[in-house]
Formats: sequence, C-alpha cells, structure tokens
Amino acid sequence: MAKNYSAGVKEYRETYWMPDYTPKDTDILACFKITPQAGVPREEVAAAVAAESSTGTWTTVWTDLLTDLDYYKGRAYAIEDVPGDDTCFYAFVAYPIDLFEEGSVVNVLTSLVGNVFGFKALRALRLEDIRFPIAYVMTCNGPPQGIQVERDIMNKYGRPLLGCTIKPKLGLSAKNYGRACYEGLRGGLDFTKDDENVNSQPFMRWRHRFDFVMEAIHKAEAETGERKGHYLNVTAPTSDEMMRRAEYAKEIGAPIIMHDYLTGGLSANTQLAQWCQNNGMLLHIHRAMHAVLDRNPHHGIHFRVLTKILRLSGGDHLHSGTVVGKLEGDREATLGWIDIMRDSFIKEDRSRGIFFDQDWGSMPGVIPVASGGIHVWHMPALVNIFGDDSVLQFGGGTLGHPWGNAAGAAANRVAVEACVEARNSGRELEKEGKDILTNAAKSSPELKIAMETWKEIKFEFDTVDKLDVAHK
Amino acid sequence: MSDVQDYKSSLSNADSRKFETFSYLPALDADQTRKQIQYIVNKGWNPSIEHTEPANAFGNYWYMWKLPMFGETSVDAILAELNNCHAAHPNNHVRLLGLDNYAQCAGASMVIFRGKTV
Repeated sequence: MAKNYSAGVKEYRETYWMPDYTPKDTDILACFKITPQAGVPREEVAAAVAAESSTGTWTTVWTDLLTDLDYYKGRAYAIEDVPGDDTCFYAFVAYPIDLFEEGSVVNVLTSLVGNVFGFKALRALRLEDIRFPIAYVMTCNGPPQGIQVERDIMNKYGRPLLGCTIKPKLGLSAKNYGRACYEGLRGGLDFTKDDENVNSQPFMRWRHRFDFVMEAIHKAEAETGERKGHYLNVTAPTSDEMMRRAEYAKEIGAPIIMHDYLTGGLSANTQLAQWCQNNGMLLHIHRAMHAVLDRNPHHGIHFRVLTKILRLSGGDHLHSGTVVGKLEGDREATLGWIDIMRDSFIKEDRSRGIFFDQDWGSMPGVIPVASGGIHVWHMPALVNIFGDDSVLQFGGGTLGHPWGNAAGAAANRVAVEACVEARNSGRELEKEGKDILTNAAKSSPELKIAMETWKEIKFEFDTVDKLDVAHK
Repeated sequence: MSDVQDYKSSLSNADSRKFETFSYLPALDADQTRKQIQYIVNKGWNPSIEHTEPANAFGNYWYMWKLPMFGETSVDAILAELNNCHAAHPNNHVRLLGLDNYAQCAGASMVIFRGKTV
C-alpha cells in the first residue's frame, strides 16, 4: 500500500524509535551517550540522533517517498541509564549495512559523527562504541602486516619490543638527529621514532633525515647483530607528498614508516596502509588530536571507537596510553581497547567499557604502543599490563640517562628482559618488581644508574575520562 | 664528566654482538633454564631447537636440530635434546623456541648455549 505525502515536521520518534527492533548480524551498531536539552523526552532525542546520523532531516520531503526509507533508516532500539550520571543516557542505534560504502571508515564516521554532533536538541553527544559486523570488516584492508608478520620481519620473539622517541621534539639537524637514533639503537632498542610533529621543517628536511637515520640503522645492526628500525614519519601536507616520502623510505631499505592518522586524515591513512601492505612495509600510527575527540566524558568520540577505526583503516602500531605514565588513561578502559587492537574476537564487557561483541575475523591485529613519561621503574607494571605483543617506548626514559642514549637504551633492554625472564619463571611482576630490577642491575651498571636517577618520579593525577560506574 | 661511563660497544668488539631475547642478561643458569622450558610447555607451545655459527646468526634460518618436538611436555627430555645439540655443535649458538601453531609465530625464542660471537 503506497503512502501519502504530507508536508511538515514530524516527531522523530514516530519513525526512528523502534524499541521492538532486533538488530541484524549485518547491522552496524552504535552506542551514543546523549546529554539532552532540558525537557526533551529520551526517546525523542534518541530517535533524533538515529535520524540525523542516517537518512533523516528536520522536515518531511516528498523524495522520501521515492525510496524504501523504512529499510534505509537508522533505528534507535534501546535506551539505558548511565551508571552514576543522571544528566545523560545511552542510546543504541542500528544502521543497515547498505548505508555505508564498503571499506570506507571515512564514510561511516561522516554519518555517525557528522551533523548530528551539532544538533540543537542535544547539549552534548558522545559516540561510545561501534559494532562493525564481520560483513563490513571483511571489506576493509586492515593492518598492512599484523603482529606475527612484524615479529618475523624484525626477528623479535617472546618479549615486548622497545622503542624511543627522539627528543628534543623539534630543532635538531638531520645529522644530529641520526646520532641520537644510532646511540639508542646500538644500546639495545629495537626502534627509534620520529616525534609526531617532525615532518619536513626548515631545520631538518625529510630526505636528509631519512638518509642519516638509515646509516644509523645499518651501523647499529652491524654492531649489535640485531635488526633495527626507525619510524620514518611520512605525514605530509598532501597525500601525494606522503606517498613520495613513503616510496623513498622503501627505496633506502627502511622496514617501517609512520603516519598520524587523525591529523593526516583517514583517506590518506587508508591509502598509505594499502600501499604498505603491497610493499612489505610496517606502519606505525600516531594519534595526535585524539584527546580533542576522546577526553571529554560527555562529548566526542571514545578512543575505543578511534581504535576500531584505525584497525579497519590500517596500521601495525597504535599508541594506546601507558596507564602508568604522564598521559591520561584509566587501567580497565585501556585494557579494553588494547584487546580491541590485538584480539580476533572481543566480548561485550561493560566493566571495561565495551558495549558490543566485536568479531574481526581474519583481520590482523595492531600492536599497542605504550609511550609517554615512562622509565625503568615502570617496566614491571608495563610488561604485566601489556604483555609481549606491545611496543614499550621510552623517550626521556632513554635519552635522559646520565650516561647518554646508549646507556639509557641498555638499561631499558636489561630491565625488559629481566621482567620477561621473571614473569616466565612464575614471579609476580608488580609485587616483586623492585627485587627483579635490583637483581638485574647487579650485572648492568647502566640499569643501576637509571634506577637511581628516576626513582622518585611519579604521575598521580586523577583520570578525567573515567569509565561510567555508579559512584554515588 | 668523570662520572659518565663509556658505553663499550663497537664493530671491532665481538662482545657487542647480541642475539635477541635474553642476550642482554647473563647466561641463564640450570635452574633458570628449566623454568623457561617449563613456561614454553605450560603455554602449550611446541619446543624446537635451532643452532648456528655465530657469524651467521643474523639470518632468519638457523639449522634445525632434528624436528620440532611436537607435543613434548617433559622438561628433562627437552633439556636432553638441547644438550645433544650443544655436544654436536659446541661452538654454535643453540636456541630454544616455543612454536605457537595458532599464531603461526614463535611465542618464545632464547639462546640457551652461547657460542663465541664474532
């Protein structure tokens, strides 16, 4: 029976609130945390979010009747209280898979976090989680190589990998920069890293940096007999220029390059990830700008969503937060998105902020990178929290060693190996950490001095973005 | 400056050559070795022994000692094979791997007998 056209404004809930709807296995599901304007009923706001993030607009239009709108619309199908916070509620929305272009996280985000976030009926809106159906996952390229392939390429087994971000962040000449890399690598690091804002500035153009760093890698490999890499940052003003830098990195034999997926953009990231897969390159992903999106508990996009987006767009490493260092990060929530990076199936678990089961099928995993304000004393906790499939990255904690980068690197390498050896032997790392490190330092003067240098440093600020739990 | 210690490592110093996991620690003693083997067994991984001339340690493929010990869970049996390999190749690095067939990747890899690096 055909419908009649009647112009005007309808309440959203007449069309988009469907509490009896059972989501399909192929639907993309989203959980929003909605803070409504006063006096607007929950169902109406939830329906408005479903509408504005899918097919709807503010008024009925005659062209609605040219299509099967009841099929294409997003459906708000459930509402829940937010534990411990009466100002907002969770709304669950199901979107039919046909609404999105295959293999395009760009398209998914444009709908789900598009116009709707500026909608006046809302005081604030946060995308807490997305369930990507396996049918959609399989249309995406994903990480270029994955965790196991990286271990084989780099010949690193049975322990976390060790990295170091070169400091100062900005201002070094290419030759001095290569020196800092060489010192870290010869001391026992697996990787050194360009800082995110190192692109191609007047004080150090990218091509000279790449050349000097490659010499550092080659010499450190010959000297230590171990494989080394440096994340050459190819983030650039245009994707053409990004690809030019990536091609050159490959030409000179670099094993890994780096991209900032949020500031560089998701189209560029997906393009680069596909190129890396086709060219046997590893891809390290930095997340500058994430805290703009994910830190406010009432507005924005939760990092677990940004994690899923990156795994689909493609990257072999992603910064995850450290739990123990200088940057924001709640332990349970961090464990949740670390699983989202690495595991093939993650079950719904509200205690870790995971709202949906997520099946990644055969898509490779991403290695979480713990970086920021960490030093040798954090090592036992880091090994315990992150396990072997991780990169532990000490910037100041390497370069700030009183005897220099090589000694700082050696201290961290001895510490990580001592922790792994102790863990494998059945010891409790976080409880016995001091004893384990002290014992290891007996054969490593570098570690001994590092432990004396950093003993007192602690970061004990409370987390701003906590998991939602009842605390009244 | 007199407090700063030099980092002794160079192309001409063979002691600078490392061989990945645990090579920055002193060699494992007998008790520590047994615990690492037990860890591999507890993980359900297949023990596998490989060896190489230290000069060729950088490559992916070391010489396999026999075949991986599929399903072997006896620490003594694994230790005995490590000793056999070492006796046959006393100058080589001998490493023990734990092969994780689900990940299709080594879950552990460590040199148990250290050859003289070059």
